[in-house]
Amino acid sequence: MSTHKNLKYNFLHGMKDGVPIGLGYFAVSFSLGIAAQSAGITPFQGLIMSMLNNASAGEYAGIAAIKANASYIEIALLILIANARYLLMSCSLSQKLSPDLPLIHRMLIGFNVTDEIFGIGIAHSYPLPPSYMYGASAVSIPSWALGTMFGIIAGNMLPVNIVTALSAAIFGMFIAIIIPPCRENHFMLGVILVSFLISSLFAIIPGIASLSESVRIIILTLLIAGAAAIIRPVSDEAESEVTSQKEQEA
Amino acid sequence: MNHSVWLYIMVMALVSYLLRVLPLTLIRKQIKNRFIKSLLFYLPYVTLSVMTVPAIFSISENPVCGIAALIAAGIIAWITSNLFLSACVACITVFIIGMF
Repeated sequence: MSTHKNLKYNFLHGMKDGVPIGLGYFAVSFSLGIAAQSAGITPFQGLIMSMLNNASAGEYAGIAAIKANASYIEIALLILIANARYLLMSCSLSQKLSPDLPLIHRMLIGFNVTDEIFGIGIAHSYPLPPSYMYGASAVSIPSWALGTMFGIIAGNMLPVNIVTALSAAIFGMFIAIIIPPCRENHFMLGVILVSFLISSLFAIIPGIASLSESVRIIILTLLIAGAAAIIRPVSDEAESEVTSQKEQEA
Repeated sequence: MNHSVWLYIMVMALVSYLLRVLPLTLIRKQIKNRFIKSLLFYLPYVTLSVMTVPAIFSISENPVCGIAALIAAGIIAWITSNLFLSACVACITVFIIGMF
């Protein structure tokens, strides 16, 4: 097969795997749009925000900060915390790329490392072809960005009681991300319940309650996740990932 | 002080991009430190938890809406792990309780 045909095959393969991801993204980013609308973000701003960020938790955190008129430093720190997991994902993904892959491809792949795109990238055989990632991104990015835009438009047009109900959607999704791992990992359930409790207390205790939403999220996340990491460090999954990948190569 | 939404978006995009691109370009290594790895493992769950509570309680003027939505979505997520279904249940709960 010629290189050109390979390129096309990998791109189309990526697009195919990107379709279910894109459909899910549309629903999530639509709810994100509902939240963005309440922060006064315009449909066009939402479109660009989602096109450039590709992150549900990160963007929601950003929206909350924008709503509270936070400082630029605050929002930068908040995004750093909310999206820190991508650092870990990109580190794993870098092991999946051919060592001589040119810089420009690494820079382009890096643009759209999301939980789901990372997932299909890691599941792909070694070496991961960049065109596969571009195919998946060609479907997922527009669907993510348009979903946000339509969410904001819907938020502007629908009656207040419907918008109020729809604004619960993003929380329902967050809950569906944090709860399922708790079935097997009871320590995680404890971490989440403690987070709920301390977070609520922080919002009522005099003095602390005057902290801005973004500062509260930053402090609580670092404190609780840091404590959890000390009490119950995770096993070396990432190590075994590399080992199994090397076995495949051999 | 009033901030520009566009500048907010650019700051968000820059930080998001750097987190993703640096390990692929400059670092190109696995993270070995167990504490850092564990911290990065717990971060998203804790961030999502503290962003959900107490914010969900102020969805509508009646805090019962948010409390009920949290419990209903939690139960559905525990049983089905389905993102879309949990979201729908949260919305419907808020809508129905909001009618009273």
